[in-house]
Amino acid sequence: MLTKRIIPCLDIKNGRTVKGVNFVDLRDAGDPVELAKIYSDEGADELVFLDISATEERRKTLVELVRKVASTINIPFTVGGGISSVLDVEILLQNGADKVSINSSAVKNPQLINDLAQKFGSQCVVVAIDAKQIDGEWIVHLMGGKIPTELNLFDWAKEVEQRGAGEILFTSMDNDGTKNGFANEALAKLSKLVNIPIIASGGAGNIQHFVDSFLVGKADAALAASVFHFKEIKIKTLKTALKSNNIEVRI
Amino acid sequence: MKIVIINYGVGNIQSIKFAIERLGFEAVLSNDWKEIKAADRVIFPGVGEASFAMEMLIDSGLDVLIPTLKQPVLGICLGMQLMCNKSEEGNTTGLGIFDVDAIKFTPKVKVPQMGWNQIYNLKSLLFKGINENEYMYLVHSFYVPNCLEAIATTNYEVEYASALQKNNFYGTQFHPEKSGDVGEQILGNFLKLKD
Repeated sequence: MLTKRIIPCLDIKNGRTVKGVNFVDLRDAGDPVELAKIYSDEGADELVFLDISATEERRKTLVELVRKVASTINIPFTVGGGISSVLDVEILLQNGADKVSINSSAVKNPQLINDLAQKFGSQCVVVAIDAKQIDGEWIVHLMGGKIPTELNLFDWAKEVEQRGAGEILFTSMDNDGTKNGFANEALAKLSKLVNIPIIASGGAGNIQHFVDSFLVGKADAALAASVFHFKEIKIKTLKTALKSNNIEVRI
Repeated sequence: MKIVIINYGVGNIQSIKFAIERLGFEAVLSNDWKEIKAADRVIFPGVGEASFAMEMLIDSGLDVLIPTLKQPVLGICLGMQLMCNKSEEGNTTGLGIFDVDAIKFTPKVKVPQMGWNQIYNLKSLLFKGINENEYMYLVHSFYVPNCLEAIATTNYEVEYASALQKNNFYGTQFHPEKSGDVGEQILGNFLKLKD
């Protein structure tokens, strides 16, 4: 059976991992390649690298990082952050990235989704959607939840699917950072609405939250950062727990 | 050993090159007839859309060359599907090496299938030392039905062929270069096959 996926996310700035990482056995806590290798060895199913640097050098640094990651690890990885053109994507894929994740550039220029799907195939186009509830309606936001758009989460999800996205990475800004669990109701609705895989993101605090994201939220994959970085949850322990809840995982 | 990865402008081939390097070999990317013909092993990758990829092959004349190759050839993902008679994707004809057609999953399941799934009914030397039901990484919207040339099967909506073999031609629907250590072992098996 196709398994549910567990995906650690690493925030990258100028080629280094940012936000606290708490791996005692790391020689260099800021080295994304070393961290990627550890996650891969622990049984992560995929990795996501989110580049949050804003310098002019960013593309060059990111390409170097992608090459290093691709030469070191043997599981798939996605690169996101600041990608806004077909050329950006071409360079990342040529250097070993398996998928790219686009967010605000897709909102500003939805045709980009079509262009990427046509040129590289849907399988490498992940559309990331950040949303939070305003007066009970899920509204798509940009800039990490700071700027609301006019788009409704579910309408936008349907549109990105139709335009050729291969996967949706849905982050609930209401849940992100709370450690109170994923936005399972919205997840389940999304999963029913579209026929492409949904990655749940935002709110993971304990193992039960992952169980719920799959059983209640019907997610195909769950992404988290800090619970893995700070070793609050070990991937092996998590997967064993998922399996004992009859959730199919790769162990 | 000379390993050539066919470079016809489609897909993420760098990952395959890196995986081969991790196994201690070198691979070159090429679309040159002579170089491909002279190689000990040929890898035929492909991600993206089938009819577009087939056009690229025809443009470079590789559609004629590939079926005539005598050394072990491994098609990966779309590469495997293009080695079949035809594909429903873009309604394109294929290279006609495997006597079967690639067809689309129905909306009963999420399409693409994306993630890790098990391979079983393993039959070929490609899977020497590999246990039944190991997990491989797959990303695809079209699939090859179970058939006589299947050397591995996987279940997603239906039981389908996740690897094929005919004489010196091998194909895997999964990405051995992205399927952890076991995937690398399968790639290693391919490189170590006796001619």
